[in-house]
Amino acid sequence: MKLQYMHLKEVNDPLIFLEGVKDVGFNEVVEIEMADGSMRHGQVIEIKGDSVGIQVFEGTEGISLENTKTSFKGRSMHVGLSKEVLGRIFSGTGEPIDGLGPLFIDEYRDINGLPLNPVSRVYPRNYINTGISSIDALTTLIRGQKLPIFSGAGMPHDELAMQIVRQARIAEDAGESDKFGVVFAAMGVKNDVADFFKRSLEEAGVLDRVVMYLNLSNDPVIERILTPRTALTTAEYLAYEHDMHILVIMTDITFYSEALREFSSSKGEIPGRKGFPGYLYSDLASLFERAGIVKGKGGSVTQIPILSMPNDDITHPIPDLTGYITEGQIVLSRDLHQKGLYPPIATLPSLSRLMKDGIGSGYTRDDHKALTDQLFSSYSHVQEARSLASVIGEDELSDTDKKYIRFGEFFENNFVNQGPEVNRSIEDTLDLGWALLSLLPREELDRVDSEVLDEFYNSQEAYERFNIKEKSLVRELGQKGE
Amino acid sequence: MQNDTIHSINGPVITVKDTDTFALMEMVYVGEDRLLGEVVSMTREATVIQVYESTSGLKPGEPVTSSGESMSIDLGPGILKNIFDGIGRPLRDIAEATGAFITAGSQGNTIDENKLWPVRIKVSKNDTLKHGDVYATVQETDLIEHRLMVPRGKGGKVVYTADDGDHKARTTMVKLEDRDGFVHELSLIQRWPIKTARPVTKRLDTAKPLVTGQRVIDTLFPITKGGAAAIPGGFGSGKTMTQHQLAKWCDADIIVFVGCGERGNEMTQALEEFSELIDPKSGKPLTDRTVLIANTSNMPVAAREASIYTGVTIAEYYRDMGYHVAMMADSTSRWAEALREISGRLEEMPAEEGFPPYLSSRLSQFYERAGYYETLNHKTGSITIVGAVSPQGADFSEPVTQNTKRFIHAFWALDKQLAYERHYPAVNWNESYSEYVNQLSNWYSENVDEEFLDHRQQIVKLLNEENKLQEIVKLIGSSLLPDDQKLILEISKLIRKGFLQQNAFHDFDSYVTLEKQMKMMDVILYLYHEADKIVDRGIAFRLITQTDIFNKLTKMKYEIPNDDMDMFDDYYDLVDNALSDIK
Ligand SMILES: Nc1ncnc2c1ncn2[C@@H]1O[C@H](COP(=O)(O)OP(=O)(O)OP(=O)(O)O)[C@@H](O)[C@H]1O
Ligand SMILES: [Mg+2]
Repeated sequence: MKLQYMHLKEVNDPLIFLEGVKDVGFNEVVEIEMADGSMRHGQVIEIKGDSVGIQVFEGTEGISLENTKTSFKGRSMHVGLSKEVLGRIFSGTGEPIDGLGPLFIDEYRDINGLPLNPVSRVYPRNYINTGISSIDALTTLIRGQKLPIFSGAGMPHDELAMQIVRQARIAEDAGESDKFGVVFAAMGVKNDVADFFKRSLEEAGVLDRVVMYLNLSNDPVIERILTPRTALTTAEYLAYEHDMHILVIMTDITFYSEALREFSSSKGEIPGRKGFPGYLYSDLASLFERAGIVKGKGGSVTQIPILSMPNDDITHPIPDLTGYITEGQIVLSRDLHQKGLYPPIATLPSLSRLMKDGIGSGYTRDDHKALTDQLFSSYSHVQEARSLASVIGEDELSDTDKKYIRFGEFFENNFVNQGPEVNRSIEDTLDLGWALLSLLPREELDRVDSEVLDEFYNSQEAYERFNIKEKSLVRELGQKGE
Repeated sequence: MQNDTIHSINGPVITVKDTDTFALMEMVYVGEDRLLGEVVSMTREATVIQVYESTSGLKPGEPVTSSGESMSIDLGPGILKNIFDGIGRPLRDIAEATGAFITAGSQGNTIDENKLWPVRIKVSKNDTLKHGDVYATVQETDLIEHRLMVPRGKGGKVVYTADDGDHKARTTMVKLEDRDGFVHELSLIQRWPIKTARPVTKRLDTAKPLVTGQRVIDTLFPITKGGAAAIPGGFGSGKTMTQHQLAKWCDADIIVFVGCGERGNEMTQALEEFSELIDPKSGKPLTDRTVLIANTSNMPVAAREASIYTGVTIAEYYRDMGYHVAMMADSTSRWAEALREISGRLEEMPAEEGFPPYLSSRLSQFYERAGYYETLNHKTGSITIVGAVSPQGADFSEPVTQNTKRFIHAFWALDKQLAYERHYPAVNWNESYSEYVNQLSNWYSENVDEEFLDHRQQIVKLLNEENKLQEIVKLIGSSLLPDDQKLILEISKLIRKGFLQQNAFHDFDSYVTLEKQMKMMDVILYLYHEADKIVDRGIAFRLITQTDIFNKLTKMKYEIPNDDMDMFDDYYDLVDNALSDIK
């Protein structure tokens, strides 16, 4: 039994300092008994000889210098785990909060995890069919990937994440639908967000395969730093001990980072860009790098972190550093959202870095890569045509550019726009893509081999599909003599 | 012997009080688990140490012991084909010993001491050897002969040689007796402090390109063997892909790829892909010439700082054998941030954006280790350094990009907009530059084509004119431009899409010979000049575009394999036929 210490030397929210402490390790967990008998938790974050600085997760309000009993637990922060976590709800530190009593515990794990050896990783290649065209065709999600949603206040990122959970066949393609699970980590979001997820997961009938860790906006800020770590430790446990394919949804990375900023400034550290600590990159990496697949293990950890970009600014340090760590990003567009399109996924800045090895024959379909390249290239020309139109007026555009403008509208309204309940097969998605490209003159499709075009380019069919008579298209385009 | 113990712990930084045991930059062992650390500052009261591993669980009072040397690694056969962490521990051995996840205090020797190597002794008794002389060779991989060189501080007359044949790395191969009668034993292993550049006879001027097979680099912004280049770009713009392309295809003898604070999966991918790829010249897997250093973003920060030095030390070691080495560092920004983080913990005065004032000098010391050299044993060898830079918010005015620019001579600026359009490699032709072009002009004339640089110049000029015209097009559209300007727009589009864009996933577009690069330029410019004549005669430019000739040339990169240059004749004919209908 370790010593209990009765007095504090100093309280400086969220830190407390003790003196005369012996045999305490860096990062060790601390229990603090308040004068009224209630318990708080903390972690050693600084040691100077026999003086120790402790970060208190629940904050230091009400802690007195006398009458506070501090005991050191002899180990770093751990979480108790067993397969029975599935279907349960916990606080950010892993205490059950669903009223279903204590958890039966198989083993304790350090929530900080350990770096996965690159030679022990399996490079992720299996695509996850989400049924959402803009994702499946253009930013394909791969099992074991970390692919965040970059969003903004008021945009439907939660709906999108839930649609992915409902529709994604993460494990089915491996013939193991019972191996699918979701770990959900709420960090600083409002109660209604957590409720939305709870309700939707229930409606989807998967609640018994979900573990939730909730640190809501009114919960202690410092605990927010632990929440994703607890959640990811659980995900790794289920993936690598129980061979499950785990989808981790973490929301919101921005609130998490702000908690880190608050904590850092309370320690008096030198702030970096926008007040965030210089180690924000490393800290976020210690979360995101925990996605992956381990050699010799049956499961996988796929992460979909949700991040609301302050002021919709993608160059803000939080989305910026995240983008440097994750394997791509799905960016939501305020503009498309305001046009009433769902999901409002901004095609051009969105990217899946792992898709290049996970699409094509054997994975999706042979023509997938060519279609993707061409859609990106053609849609980016739409932007040029639009900005030119805004200067000289649409009427003055060249015939080709007018066609791009029309293509852009059709693309946004029919391909990107899909609705929260619609689940498209990959074949439908790819065929739809080709139909849209067929609205453009064939010579414009310069990213695609002629043989592929011979097979997939068919403007007549496209006109029929979108119910445009060629004449009416011509008239709509205001063209003469074609 | 004093009993030195840990006094304070703050993340990766610990202090020892009131001691004079240690020297600045000395490597030390920290705690019961003997974690590796380095002394980063010393005052009379406190010695400050940065620890290369996680300090979780470390306690004050645990011992700190001296190693007597600064941060060093073992060098010898077995480095190639291997993957190490930032301080030179082999990751495969660590995985075998401790499983998939890396625990602090993992042990592992850079050089496997049990493996038998086929050694050939290259000296005889009574030969006199000095620092740098080759005394034995080992066929390290099918591609590379490893040359064992007399380490620094050793030399003398050969008094013993082992027999040719299989030996373990620690076995004595040669004994040298120096003038003072002291006998030095040389095995297959030598040690070197990673922050010290290895000596050479002299620096040479270089006039040879590092041929990369990437058109936008080789043609527009080339780099010399021994040169230094930076690839800055926002996230997802293609830094890593470009560096992987260079690692796969460039004509260096040895590749050192340092993943510094980046993704684990990218290292896994490099491991897989490089071993599947076959070197076209030798028919051997590319891993035979490659060593990977992986300090991923979730590994300890201090080791991130070391990984760059570990990489460049290995590069110098192979250079000293007379090889041309290309080193990729992905990303130097993470390295700079590691400096910043440690500096913050040391409570040093920050300069720009929190980076320490010595950022610039550290970058300079690093890039300075690139170069074309005469080695101590009078061979020539070189180190080319290509460093990725990850600017905050993709804004190139930040300190790491700006300071790096002072020490490199090729700047391959990656552009978010181009990446959004999936124009890869997303090298922006207006912002990028290479100061090596003049140096290389003779080489290109003699080895590729007399007109290579002239063609390059024309291409650059057309792209410049296009850039200016685009400003006008943005305001009034292109339809009102005169025909000669329309031609410039159209030919530049062909250059961008048909020449600069290059598909890393295509069978033969992934790597393109200089000869093909030259021919592609020649056909494009042929079309330009012929079309220009027609436009000059007042014939409507529209008639030319209607022939579809621009489209056909755009796709020639996918039609003509590297080994069938005769096929270009068809393309000159295509141009002639298309235009003769109009004339
Ligand atoms: N030359 C290329 N050919 C084809 N695709 C490319 C090319 N370069 C980049 N890409 C695409 O862009 C994606 C991102 O590239 P990459 O990972 O190299 O970016 P990066 O600049 O290293 O980003 P980060 O700074 O976040 O590491 C790749 O996964 C690939 O899909
Ligand atoms: Mg990269």
